[in-house]
Amino acid sequence: MIRLFAGVPRRGVVLLAALLVVLVAAPWLANDYLLTVLIIILYSAYTGQAWNVMMGFAGQLSLGHAIYVGLGGYAAAALYVHFGVGPWIGLAAAIAIAMACGAVIGFLAFRFGVGGVYFAILTIAFAEFARIGFDHFGWVGGSSGFFLPVANYTRNDLWNLRGNPTMFYYVMLALTVAAFALCHVLLRSRVGYYWQAIREDEVAARSLGINTFRYKMYAVVISAGMTAVAGVFFAFYYNNLFPEQVFHISRSIELILGPIIGGIGTLFGPLIGAFLLTGLSESMQEILTALGLDAPGAKQVFYGLCLLVVVMALPDGVWPWLAGKLGVTVRRS
Amino acid sequence: MAAETYFNVAVSGLLTGLVYGLMAVGLSVIFGVVRVVNFAHGEMMTIAMYLAIVLFSALGLDPLVMVVPLAGVLFVLGYAMQAGIINPFITRPEHSQFILLVAVAIIITNVLLIVFGPDARNVQTPYSFDSFLVGPLIIDATKVYAGAATLVITAALFGFFRFAPLGKAIRACADNYTGALVVGLDVKRLYALTFGLGAACVGAAGAMLVLLVDVTPALGPALTLLAFIIVITGGLGSMPGALLGGVLIGLTEAMAGLFFTPSAKSMFSFGLLVLVLLFRPQGILGKRLS
Repeated sequence: MIRLFAGVPRRGVVLLAALLVVLVAAPWLANDYLLTVLIIILYSAYTGQAWNVMMGFAGQLSLGHAIYVGLGGYAAAALYVHFGVGPWIGLAAAIAIAMACGAVIGFLAFRFGVGGVYFAILTIAFAEFARIGFDHFGWVGGSSGFFLPVANYTRNDLWNLRGNPTMFYYVMLALTVAAFALCHVLLRSRVGYYWQAIREDEVAARSLGINTFRYKMYAVVISAGMTAVAGVFFAFYYNNLFPEQVFHISRSIELILGPIIGGIGTLFGPLIGAFLLTGLSESMQEILTALGLDAPGAKQVFYGLCLLVVVMALPDGVWPWLAGKLGVTVRRS
Repeated sequence: MAAETYFNVAVSGLLTGLVYGLMAVGLSVIFGVVRVVNFAHGEMMTIAMYLAIVLFSALGLDPLVMVVPLAGVLFVLGYAMQAGIINPFITRPEHSQFILLVAVAIIITNVLLIVFGPDARNVQTPYSFDSFLVGPLIIDATKVYAGAATLVITAALFGFFRFAPLGKAIRACADNYTGALVVGLDVKRLYALTFGLGAACVGAAGAMLVLLVDVTPALGPALTLLAFIIVITGGLGSMPGALLGGVLIGLTEAMAGLFFTPSAKSMFSFGLLVLVLLFRPQGILGKRLS
């Protein structure tokens, strides 16, 4: 534990502990609506963290992360519906499938020297390919959707992931904390330093003897596996999957806005970004309704304007700026 | 099916592909010079399409006549965008530019949604159902006009970059940013001009596409993706490449729609894109890899 917090100022540890206490206590403090919003926030913080491994740490821009969410969700849901396999075993299958898919995309791209913008568009292409493919994949419902059985549960069944929002909230909180800890450990490991070297200057990293192909592959595969876990949660929380929804490019974009707004390559960025964007989007609805401006699309226009302002005013994201204000900047040893 | 059916579908796909190619030429020009990937490209195209519809339904102006005026309107919009918000971002990392243009795209799509609603709209001209008979082939007249206009516009643009002093100056910025600054070129103004020209292609293509497909506010992202596929297939930064890519994608989608199901047709475009990226990442006519 001492190693884990090395270099973090005491004020930072205290604030982190306070945040964790608030999050753990939230189900007692918040009403049902707020709890649902918090689940969405934690969900996007988690997926943002997973994406950050690939882009923020290793510098590989993926614009098609929805493919891993979708594959994970469909894999676990198909096992549950067709074979009665529980979500925790389905989770292993989901992670394996997403990792294999990430490995294929990474292998093809990195072997052939596809990088930068080209890599980003290759990831979009795979995600769109999957979206249209699943639209025609009858075994999991095709374009008319794939549904998990919903019934009234008298008690929470953690083994089958069936229960009330509070249970889902704690599952998502546990996942977010785990992802946070994993990223913290990864960043300070040998792999993490290699990733950062590749992100800053790939040619220099290679000339220092780093096997850039291998470490970029690690980044894609780990990120894909982490994202697939979110997909399983998505499937069992919402109980329905539509290719047009889960694989759509706008899902991939939503997924990455949080970490970019929050601060790319930072541990807190995805969390801060998720809070800001989800909070913004939810409160916008309230404000616009109060003002009588609730035309369809009005919310998104203001959302886009806020995005524009943030990205113009804070190019490195909110967290580096906020960390400076709070006095919790980590000392680099 | 008779052999004529295949040829008819092929010619139709080819001509539609030319219009898509013009849209992609715009993206390619912008990327080739400013080095910014315009993630709001398709959304800008929907602006042009809705303008064409408004002009047609309110004033009865034929979209084909409005090709040049709409290119002018989009030129001004593109110039203003580059000069106003994108120029400060040219030295920022790719993901930062990406967010900026995604924000612009979100705003455009939803403003259109507020103004025009979610329903699909189109334009019916007196010559909508005219066709030319060439031997056994039946060719849609609208598509012939649009394809011909595309070729003229692309040729003009190509000539501009090749021979006009301003065009040469823009190419100089693309080849060597620092060198262009050193010889005293106003690079930011030239960037704005380039973005304007790219947007003008979109304006012209939008005016013609409105005759071929229905427009909804949600069409924007699909067109952006299509433009990406085309330029990468043809070669990012290459104008003939973008046109060739457009024709290839148009043909692929038309043929896939005929042989398989129309809803799966864009899967074949993405498949083509993946193949090109793997075996010739710089695109069919692309020269260098960034």
